[in-house]
Amino acid sequence: MARTLTFKIFRYNPTKDNDEPHIETYELEETPRLNIFTALHRIREKQAPDLMYDFVCRAGICGSCAMMINGRPTLACRTLTSDLTDTIELYPLPFFKLLGDLSVDTGVWFHDMAKRVESWVHTQKEFDPTALEERMDNDTANKIYNSERCIECGCCIAGCATAQVYPDFLGAAGLNRIGRFMFDPRDQRGEQEWFELVSTDVGVFGCIGMMACDDVCPKDLPLLEVFAYIRRKMNSGVKIAVKDLEVG
Amino acid sequence: MKVITTEVLIIGAGLAGERAAIANAQAGLDVTMLSLVPPRRSHSAAAQGGMQASLGNSVKGKGDNPTVHWLDTVKGSDWGADQEVARIFADNAPIAMREMAHFGVPWNRVEGGPRDVYIKGKKETIVEDFDNEGLITARDFGGTAKWRTCYTADGTGHTVLYAMDNLAIQLDITIHDRMEALSLIHKDGVCMGAIVRCLRTGDIIAYMSKATAIATGGYGRLYGESTNAIINEGTGSWLALQTGKVPLANMEAVQFHPTGIVPTDILVTEGCRGDGGLLLDVDEYRFMPDYEPEKQELASRDVVSRRMKEHILKGKGVKSSYGEHLWLDLRHLGEKHLTTKLREVYDICMYFIGVNPITELIPVRPTQHYSMGGIRVNKDGHAYGMKGLFALGEVANWDMHGFNRLGGNSLAETVVAGMIVGEKMATYTKSAELIADVTLAEKFGKEQTDLITHLLENEGSENVYEIRDEIAELLKDHVHIFRTGENLEKAVNGLKDVLGRIKNVKVRTSAPGMNPELSQALRIEGMAKQAYIIAKGALLRTESRGAHTREDYPARDDKNWLNRTLATWAVGADEPEFNYEPVGQLDLPPGDRGYGGGQMIDMDLTVKEYNAKVDAEQTAFGKHPTIEPMGTRIPKEAWREESPYKDAK
Repeated sequence: MARTLTFKIFRYNPTKDNDEPHIETYELEETPRLNIFTALHRIREKQAPDLMYDFVCRAGICGSCAMMINGRPTLACRTLTSDLTDTIELYPLPFFKLLGDLSVDTGVWFHDMAKRVESWVHTQKEFDPTALEERMDNDTANKIYNSERCIECGCCIAGCATAQVYPDFLGAAGLNRIGRFMFDPRDQRGEQEWFELVSTDVGVFGCIGMMACDDVCPKDLPLLEVFAYIRRKMNSGVKIAVKDLEVG
Repeated sequence: MKVITTEVLIIGAGLAGERAAIANAQAGLDVTMLSLVPPRRSHSAAAQGGMQASLGNSVKGKGDNPTVHWLDTVKGSDWGADQEVARIFADNAPIAMREMAHFGVPWNRVEGGPRDVYIKGKKETIVEDFDNEGLITARDFGGTAKWRTCYTADGTGHTVLYAMDNLAIQLDITIHDRMEALSLIHKDGVCMGAIVRCLRTGDIIAYMSKATAIATGGYGRLYGESTNAIINEGTGSWLALQTGKVPLANMEAVQFHPTGIVPTDILVTEGCRGDGGLLLDVDEYRFMPDYEPEKQELASRDVVSRRMKEHILKGKGVKSSYGEHLWLDLRHLGEKHLTTKLREVYDICMYFIGVNPITELIPVRPTQHYSMGGIRVNKDGHAYGMKGLFALGEVANWDMHGFNRLGGNSLAETVVAGMIVGEKMATYTKSAELIADVTLAEKFGKEQTDLITHLLENEGSENVYEIRDEIAELLKDHVHIFRTGENLEKAVNGLKDVLGRIKNVKVRTSAPGMNPELSQALRIEGMAKQAYIIAKGALLRTESRGAHTREDYPARDDKNWLNRTLATWAVGADEPEFNYEPVGQLDLPPGDRGYGGGQMIDMDLTVKEYNAKVDAEQTAFGKHPTIEPMGTRIPKEAWREESPYKDAK
């Protein structure tokens, strides 16, 4: 028996004079394997032509479409309506700048985060096009990849208690990025540089350990292990071999 | 109107655009990138399986070199490629992979010793060389003589794009995201920048530059059912087409990937078959070896997709409420493999179609995947007919893919083209002038604001989404894997009708800011015109080559059609103009691909006679002189030293 779904959607266009945040309600017939991507397109194309939201890959890979679905931050493209109640509440992610309705500016925040944590391999070596690549053991490559899989959707930040109070907090995404480069033997940043980057209350010691980030991460990143690694490394000052750690 | 000046303007910040931006920035130029979305959301991020480069580190890649890679690429293209460009690509791909390793890509590496793999349906043990331990490894892909596809699990596009964007951030390259270029500013055949709409505010802005590159990806979304991201609507190729001067090439060359999942059309990588996945029919019978005894599941994509469709037409498809499909079987690869090396595939199957590939079969069918056609450029990436305009990546027809691209060659192309074209562009820019002709910019800007006013205020009743769907239906029904004159006529006539109604498209909301319906409406003329060029070009091409299969003209006709389609659409004209140029200088004479079967009609010219006319004929259609003369990058007849030619000597 097909359900009629009721969507209660947060609406607000900050570029429109006198617009106020409000909720609008739309009804939609449920079809087999309907996901929020298809549902929102149907609503926009038939009922609400000015409805704003973001999708790009619609395959759970690009990280564009995170939103609050019945109170939980997650990727809309891979959320099936069959897993949800008859009434579905959609809100934009908190924390990020609202562009309109369900669309938020995660891109600018993540770009800024990448600058703050200097999200690149720090090395004095020049690339030599005539030389063989530097060797790396495959386990290390896999461990870097496990953290590199972050798609910058922003769910972890939206779900983070600290971030809502301290807007400068790097959050799980920022700390995970730091971990990714700490694991990388090509990155030559030393203990002191890492310490200055993460040992503050906007860094790893700002985390109060509620770990909502770990609960909501749609890519199942090994956030607990990454944070533990960073903390231990900061506390001990001792070089921990990546290979010895159970990461992912 | 706000005017922003920059030395180099890059439209599109996926892999190709970012790599070109980096090359220009490293040359000391002021660069601005524009992107519809934050760069890391670009469709490059969705590429899964890997990038081809003949590093030859894996034991199954032994003996590989750029010539072998080039041979595979030219054969894959069904001789439609520019062989010199394919050579530039194959020669530089290994450097590009190593450079990306230097920038931080965590490539999977060779692990010395024995391991079990599946080859042609059979379990085998291969022994990797301990001397190569820790070097970049590779997996098998379709249409290749060696295991050549470098990868990071099945998230290769993601890791390469993140490494590239990290570097762009490190170099502090200006990025303006949520920006959509609507038209190019140009005069007397010189490009001076672009008119751009801000998708945050709706403002119209002029970007004026010495050189402009388009790197916006393909036009797959014209087909509706496509593996492509929803932003791949041919916006960049439309920028070039609407100048009336720049030709789009081989638009009828559209790739259908064998394994789009049913429903949702999301791709699962060719790496699934490269790693040993099998295609099964309704009886769970493995049919590919019957059609392609040599390459089996790993023939080129055009061939596998054709065979799948052929098999479905024989009544061997699996019926479902979403139409007929076949099965992809990965069960024998086991849980560890599927949750590590094919982890994204595993996630996609679980989340989107509720199929567990460890225990269940995956429903797949051939789905639109790649646009071989695009903005015609010379080997420096410089667009025909327009100075100061460059194009690279999927939006360009550079043209290393001809009528069929090999898996793993496009992701690699983005980075190699970014490197090569980026440098050529920097050379051009250094001797170019910045002509900040604001009056001219205002004129082009006004055209767009007038169009917006028209879309919002006209009395028409056409709905843009319905028109978009109509275009998709026409292409899907009549310009798909198997084509006939009769069906193509239907598509052409249908699209002609659609084109006549475009001016009646009315946007229902005048909401300020992003206005998503207005964004779609601003794209629709370009979508309709490009669809028309695809259909008409396919109708005119009375042969079968690569992905372009005419049931009524089954032979590859090298006598009449060893050429490249060029379509221009003069401003105000009702119809595009079609011309044909030689594919480029030939080194490997046209021959059998070694898979796919089919007939051939031989060329009646000698290679020498063919090559003698290339430069003049291409120049006549707008090719600019290249920095190095034509043909300099082809090591003549190097292929004679490689299998199977070496053995035949």
